[in-house]
Amino acid sequence: MSGNSNSEVRVRHWARTRNLTILVLVVWAVFSFVLPWHAQSLNEFSFLGFPLGYYLCVQGSLAVFVLLIFFQNWRQDKIDDDAGLSGRE
Amino acid sequence: MIKGRFVDNLGRVYGVYTGGFIIFILLMAVLEQLGVDAATIGILFVAFTICIYALIGWLSRTMQVDAYYVAGREVPAVYNGMATAADWMSGASFVALAGGIYFGGYGYLGFVVGWTGGYVLVNSLMAPYLRKFGCYTVPDFIGTRYGGNLARIVAVVILVVASFTYVTAQINASGTIAARALQIPFEFGVWFGLLGILLCSMLGGMRAVTWTQVAQYIVLIIAYLVPVIWMSNKQGFGVIPHFSYGDAVARIQELEPLVGLGMAATDSAPFGGVRVLMTPHNDPQGGMDSWKFATLAICMMAGTASLPHILMRYFTTPSVRDARRSVAFSLFFIFLLYFTAPALATLTKLQLLDPELATSIIGKSFEEVKNLAWVQNWENVKMLFLTDSNGDGILQLNEFFMRADIVVLATPEIAGLPYVISGLVAAGGLAAAMSTADGLLLAIANALSHDLYYKVIDPKADTKHRLIVARILLIIIGIGAALIASLQLTGILGAVAWAFCFACSGLFFPLVLGVWWKRANAPGAVAGMIFGFGAGSIYLYYVFTGGEPWMGIDHLRFGIIGMPVSLIAMVVVSLMTPAPDPEIQAMVDEVRDPSGKSILAETH
Repeated sequence: MSGNSNSEVRVRHWARTRNLTILVLVVWAVFSFVLPWHAQSLNEFSFLGFPLGYYLCVQGSLAVFVLLIFFQNWRQDKIDDDAGLSGRE
Repeated sequence: MIKGRFVDNLGRVYGVYTGGFIIFILLMAVLEQLGVDAATIGILFVAFTICIYALIGWLSRTMQVDAYYVAGREVPAVYNGMATAADWMSGASFVALAGGIYFGGYGYLGFVVGWTGGYVLVNSLMAPYLRKFGCYTVPDFIGTRYGGNLARIVAVVILVVASFTYVTAQINASGTIAARALQIPFEFGVWFGLLGILLCSMLGGMRAVTWTQVAQYIVLIIAYLVPVIWMSNKQGFGVIPHFSYGDAVARIQELEPLVGLGMAATDSAPFGGVRVLMTPHNDPQGGMDSWKFATLAICMMAGTASLPHILMRYFTTPSVRDARRSVAFSLFFIFLLYFTAPALATLTKLQLLDPELATSIIGKSFEEVKNLAWVQNWENVKMLFLTDSNGDGILQLNEFFMRADIVVLATPEIAGLPYVISGLVAAGGLAAAMSTADGLLLAIANALSHDLYYKVIDPKADTKHRLIVARILLIIIGIGAALIASLQLTGILGAVAWAFCFACSGLFFPLVLGVWWKRANAPGAVAGMIFGFGAGSIYLYYVFTGGEPWMGIDHLRFGIIGMPVSLIAMVVVSLMTPAPDPEIQAMVDEVRDPSGKSILAETH
């Protein structure tokens, strides 16, 4: 790829990659720690017939993680393509 | 069909395989109707599946270095996802996860969230960069990124300790299942399991393990989903129980006070491992409960992102982008099992507790329960125990002892499903334990043969020599693990949590900072590994020998002690010593760029 030697392209690519990673990790932390931490209060609410706090720990957060990784890959592919660093040899 | 063309025909090969497996299940069902006894069906299930895995292992044999270490880097993302899911979902996930939820309630759900959320870390921080690096093993990355044999050797030591702890648990699990299905003593079951594991991995290394793991994933996911869905339909819990068991959760919460949950056992069991249900199904208390949940989840997540047998699966994809895609598919395939396990635990518990259901045992006459076929089967193998300690002729909840490991295995019998389902579950549990044991044994043997033997001891060794050494190590480590497993030191689950904590204490920050912090250098990495791993291990020793856990940090979550120590040691020592060479810093830039050639040569 032509961008290989261009350090400016790389710097910009890495900055965007880092920002995306931070965003992903924030969402991850909310569903891993913040919401399960408050499971007791969330159990007051009902979701699909489940207590909400319980639901998140057994299904909700798990599903969010799967979608989050697919989302991240979709955005990261775009970042790589924009920088001309798509990884296709 | 095999070699070269094989990867182009994966859809057809595994399609035929899946169809064949379903036909085999139906055939077993017919045999059962014809009057073949349960024991024979169990044996057929276990023998048939192991033969298939061994056949795949033999067909994938190789004498090429990159095929042996990284499956020739030609595994498509979806299949690598399946292989990773099988590699990941151990005997613990398959056999003990639902049992853990059954007994552990909210506190245990930290495992469920931790073992799925960890993949977000793998995808964000590790997999794509390690793939770009082009290493064969995890210590290969540490050794090359930081430079010097010391860092490499320390990484090998941590890898061996973490993976070996884990693999004994897996061989223990395969022994448990083989013992039950084949009706042989546990001590023989362990060696039988090891034989199957070695057949899959020895001749073809990573290539053989990859293609058997895909086959094992198909068996294990069928074996997990079919009984739950069948049981749910039979007992009227809904067609797909996952979305409708909220009522069952509510009903259990209603029944718990009525059956006297929480009372201490009145009698101690005559054999270890069995326990009485004491924890409410869904009753988080906040405060300490939340803290314990979060600390457990952190350890399991960081451990996921540092366990070499998982990370090395992402070295087998053709490109960086494929490595990322395969992380996504891995978690999707894992999710299928993980969101089923709580449904299984809930519905099985309800079946035992709810007096309105025909399957219930609590509150029934003691004699009647004692004579149930499934109770007798499991009592015979010392995994279940009943005692009428108050002598009233009725079975109370606190008189019913069970090993957590059997919740999944016994569910089909409890629900009164045909025995063919029990045979299927045994085959699935065996697939789960074997696939993980394969990956772990290979991770250990590869680190020793590639990083210790080839990179440190004899860099001039030729290919043939390297691969023979790798195989000899595989056998020796397998035998060592089986010997320790046959001693039955800890339950399946305890040993698994330890492996995660060892891995995250020693390896998490050296791996992450290797990519994300250019300033990290070799002395820092060595300090991070030694101090993190040392602090975690010392704390484990302290708690395990009876020390009072500090802030509720017990032996399941000692990574909470190891990780911060590792981070601080690594940052402080790195800053006190000179920055890495410009070449190393340029290498880090190269790793962050997903395009172009890998850092290490294709074969090295």
